[in-house]
Amino acid sequence: MRVALFVTCVNDALYPGTGRAVVTLLDRLGVEVDFPAAQTCCGQPQYNTGYRRETEPLVLRSARAFEGYDYVVTPSGSCAAMVRDNYPRIGAKALAQGRGSELADAAASLAARTFELTEFLVDVLGVTDVGAYFPHTVTYHPSCHGLRMLGLGERPRRLLEAVKGLELRELPGAEECCGFGGTFAVKNPDVSAAMGADKVRNALSTGAGVLCGADNSCLLHLDGTLRRQGAAMRAVHLAEILASTETEVLA
Amino acid sequence: MSGAYLGMPAFPEAAKTSTKNEQLRANLTHATHTIRDKRAAAVGELDDWAQLRQAGKEIKDNTLARLDHYLLQAEAAVQAAGGTVHWATDAAEANRIVADLVHAKGESEVVKVKSMATQEIGLNEALAAEGITAYETDLAELIVQLGDDLPSHILVPAIHKNRGEIRDIFAEAMGRWGRPAPDGLTDRPADLAEAARLHLREKFLRAKVAVSGANFLIAETGTLVVVESEGNGRMCLTLPETLISVVGIEKVIPTWRDLEVFLQLLPRSSTAERMNPYTSTWTGTTDRDGPQEFHLVLLDNGRTATLADEVGRQALRCIRCSACLNVCPVYERAGGHAYGSPYPGPIGAILTPQLRGLQSELEASLPYASTLCGACYEVCPVAIDIPEVLVHLREQVAEQVEGHRVERAAMKAATWLLDHPAALTAAERAATRTRALHPKRLPLPGPAKAWSDTRDLPALPAEPFRDWWKKNRKDGSR
Repeated sequence: MRVALFVTCVNDALYPGTGRAVVTLLDRLGVEVDFPAAQTCCGQPQYNTGYRRETEPLVLRSARAFEGYDYVVTPSGSCAAMVRDNYPRIGAKALAQGRGSELADAAASLAARTFELTEFLVDVLGVTDVGAYFPHTVTYHPSCHGLRMLGLGERPRRLLEAVKGLELRELPGAEECCGFGGTFAVKNPDVSAAMGADKVRNALSTGAGVLCGADNSCLLHLDGTLRRQGAAMRAVHLAEILASTETEVLA
Repeated sequence: MSGAYLGMPAFPEAAKTSTKNEQLRANLTHATHTIRDKRAAAVGELDDWAQLRQAGKEIKDNTLARLDHYLLQAEAAVQAAGGTVHWATDAAEANRIVADLVHAKGESEVVKVKSMATQEIGLNEALAAEGITAYETDLAELIVQLGDDLPSHILVPAIHKNRGEIRDIFAEAMGRWGRPAPDGLTDRPADLAEAARLHLREKFLRAKVAVSGANFLIAETGTLVVVESEGNGRMCLTLPETLISVVGIEKVIPTWRDLEVFLQLLPRSSTAERMNPYTSTWTGTTDRDGPQEFHLVLLDNGRTATLADEVGRQALRCIRCSACLNVCPVYERAGGHAYGSPYPGPIGAILTPQLRGLQSELEASLPYASTLCGACYEVCPVAIDIPEVLVHLREQVAEQVEGHRVERAAMKAATWLLDHPAALTAAERAATRTRALHPKRLPLPGPAKAWSDTRDLPALPAEPFRDWWKKNRKDGSR
């Protein structure tokens, strides 16, 4: 099984710990993972802001970077959804506008092989207990694209529930958007901040010490809100919790 | 669209004010959460909801694909039943037709059943300019009218008002519009409803002309359908001598059999009821029963242009249930007025710019009034992929609207950087090496300032992931 890690631009630049955690985790599960250095960004910021043409080089770049791998695994539901849902759309549109079939074929091929981390663990590897240990109270925010575009369902929760020492607390209004929304956070800052404040208030109401998510872009927004408020709760990516073990406990 | 909405600020500016209005947000949060929970339960009762939703989508799509055929069929059927059909290209033409019809009857007052189409064209304001007073008879529309306000929700136009505020509006304004509110009016729902009933009864019994919209127009028989909860609509439709119905051309459905699907989809999605309390249907005129004169004004007002857009046309499937508003986290915080149109919320964000065009700042801002969270698509009973249309419209804004040059340049620069991993790596390294210098709370420059106003920035890591990989994994460390 040839597996490539698609770390995503946000994780690469801001949250490399999440990428390292995925590598540690997959190592432990006996999966040999590679990191093709030609990868960069899925192009979601451009696409979602209305610059579809500008995403085309990035679609091609991603498709080429991950050529030949059976699975492409990413610790981001949002970027996985971009590849799975929007790459085929971008390819089809380019084809309809007469730009050849290369983009459409590459997009379709990559879309079929791309998996969000929890999908890969549960559906492909068939595991829910990954041997993790994390002695903290945790509340989980299911990010919208993972929840609705990918339909991750109970997978992240099942993984969390199998973690030793972890106490999972129900997040009120869990399925509501946190208000990040990519460029929405700066184009509509007041609504974004109001949504973030409500999400953080709900998270704090659980009394948990950790706010867990599977998308660092949402966590960037929520952690920034928590820190500005001086809250004791911290935001942690799901992969880092799953990588934590009794011999190497994540602090 | 309506003159009353003209000149409203772009969405982010309007939302700046409304997000700070604690009372508004509390009213909206309470109301939308109540309706959304009830809707989920009502929809959950049906095993075949997914099939019904698919059927609703297909009926609408198939009808829209042959819209000219069904509209002509409907026109012939309405005429055969004794009605008159008028075609209106835009708001001004529709308003002119209605005003002329009222003048022709020698009247200066009309009663109205709640109608999105007449809100859209600003009929009340247009009639007022002609010396005709239009009385809203839907309870929520009455509240909005008496409060000299604008509707902020498709189903519950006065959703932004609580009981106390409604009591004050009734006590203050009813007397100026007709029968005053009883002395010592309380904010008990039953008392408020009784005050409205007495006030409205006077209007129904006096009016000679009524104006309505319609939820559906059945092509095979030329029958119009209104679904409502109060019975005020039915009084409007049956008591006056002349009935004028202003209906968007996308409301047509081919047959009565198709109606069965929508009469299941609509009430459960909008009011969370298995069946709505009043379903009224009317076909032309009938001797000595109901209005003796019937006019149907078929309204285009941007619909044909919307139909021409392959992706955007799905907005015309909308049956105005408002389920998307009730689950939208953006609507919940910003309130309906921020959308500058009688169609607020997610559906408004795709419908308004398509019906009006993208020329003004408000319309150009609406496709961005969403986080693309997808909750609206999930609940839509006719499966309108609102996020898909939003992104599609953003592309049009980016291409057509001035002021996006800087953003396009930034996006192009980002794409270039992301398409050149060596340059990206260098940029990441430069950022991480200077990380001690980065401010966490100081205002960021340009549009990013909006981020730093309310949120801290994360600490930059010592090295990007790709450098860690190269050092620790790539060169045979394992």
